[in-house]
Amino acid sequence: MARKMNSGFVAWLRRDLLLAYRRRGEVASPVLFFMMVSTLIPLGLTPEAARLGEVAAGMIWVMALLATLLSVDGMFASDYQDGSLEQMLITPQLLPLPLLGKITAHWLTTGLPLTLVSPLLGLMMSLPSAGYLPLLCSLALGTACLSLVGAVGAALTVSLRKGGLLLSLLVMPLYMPVIIFGTATVSYAVDGLNWLPPLALLGALLAASVALCPLAAAGALRVTASN
Amino acid sequence: MTWLSNGSPSWQWFHRLGSPRWFYHRSGRWLPWLSLAALLVLLNGLVWGLAFAPEDAKQGNSFRIIYIHVPAAFLAQSGYFIMAIAGAIGLIWKMKISYMVMKSAAPIGAVLTFIALFTGAVWGKPTWGAYWVWDARITSMLILLFLYAGVIALQYAYHSVDAASKASAILALVGTVNIPIINKSVDWWYTLHQPATIKLTSAPSMHMDMFMPLLVMIVGFYLFYAVALILHTRNEILRRERKTSWVRELANAKAGR
Repeated sequence: MARKMNSGFVAWLRRDLLLAYRRRGEVASPVLFFMMVSTLIPLGLTPEAARLGEVAAGMIWVMALLATLLSVDGMFASDYQDGSLEQMLITPQLLPLPLLGKITAHWLTTGLPLTLVSPLLGLMMSLPSAGYLPLLCSLALGTACLSLVGAVGAALTVSLRKGGLLLSLLVMPLYMPVIIFGTATVSYAVDGLNWLPPLALLGALLAASVALCPLAAAGALRVTASN
Repeated sequence: MTWLSNGSPSWQWFHRLGSPRWFYHRSGRWLPWLSLAALLVLLNGLVWGLAFAPEDAKQGNSFRIIYIHVPAAFLAQSGYFIMAIAGAIGLIWKMKISYMVMKSAAPIGAVLTFIALFTGAVWGKPTWGAYWVWDARITSMLILLFLYAGVIALQYAYHSVDAASKASAILALVGTVNIPIINKSVDWWYTLHQPATIKLTSAPSMHMDMFMPLLVMIVGFYLFYAVALILHTRNEILRRERKTSWVRELANAKAGR
């Protein structure tokens, strides 16, 4: 029984990772976006290291959020166009599990690279050295939340022709707790406080999202994909 | 839902409530009385609050905007839950009417949220010296406005009425789960960044003479909300059921007179 329930998860995870591997260019674009926007900030704000360092954590988090938001739009789009989403909807497996596989693949191909690149951006934006480990940890947990919540929005807008902008409108308010706890983790560490409590709250958000978001996304897909 | 449909009498009102026609006729009978009650209570509360309640020791007369601000903020928040509950009823029992209630609740709630934010800004200028400050409650209200905007936008994005209703019901439910999380996190964020300039002058303990008119206004706003929601829903019923015979008969009867 357990194996049967798992199979949908693993199959869709493997499939999406393989698809991502074959379209490596698309995978690189959120990371490139992340890097490019980060050069705008010193240009628009200030090149001074001290002032940049103050806003670095918040800016990196905002950019990571925007980069995820851009990529979440495509989570179901190509599957919807080529009909494999409908195949997924009519499989006998429980829908949330294959969806969780897809979302995990999305995180592995966007959230994880963003997390791994973030220390480089922290360096460029002169983030104080105490902030690096918290930045990595908070982004790793936080971007997973963003992928999960984003999946609900993507499922709600999958059949709309211009769903991308609407998706951002729907999902952005739901992202706010993540960014609050994410930046708090880093700024606590920079201020020399114990940064584990906000990180634990991020973990709690992630746990709740893992439990609820695939269910909501499955319900949304059943409504929207047939229209 | 066999346990619902095998005709147990205690559920019959629930079934009848699901019929747009029944709701339309029944609400037409309630509506004048409800409107009258809302008007009387609101007038009573406004005159009491604006003319007879004592002045605030620190803020003078400018505090009186509380009699609009607080009830609007109250209804803005409960309105989201009313919308989400209507959406949930629609998803679970597949009742057409509750989707119509949900759709009608969204713009009303959004307008009330805007009124709360606007009156807050007007009140903030003399009290805090700025129209906008990043206070926890203000920020939560702003996010609530965004949540409403999302539901409204999704509602209009779909051509199919069925898909629009179900999709926005799911979004409203997701929002409901998130509202307590958002409010808590914003509270927490605020204590982290609390700027020194803001002092909340309205103490939580109000004098009875000030509080009673506020209570009347809150009740009045609830009544007004009910009137607005029923009117909106009746419009929506006519729009969606315009091809049915009873709506046509209604229209012919109106035109014939």
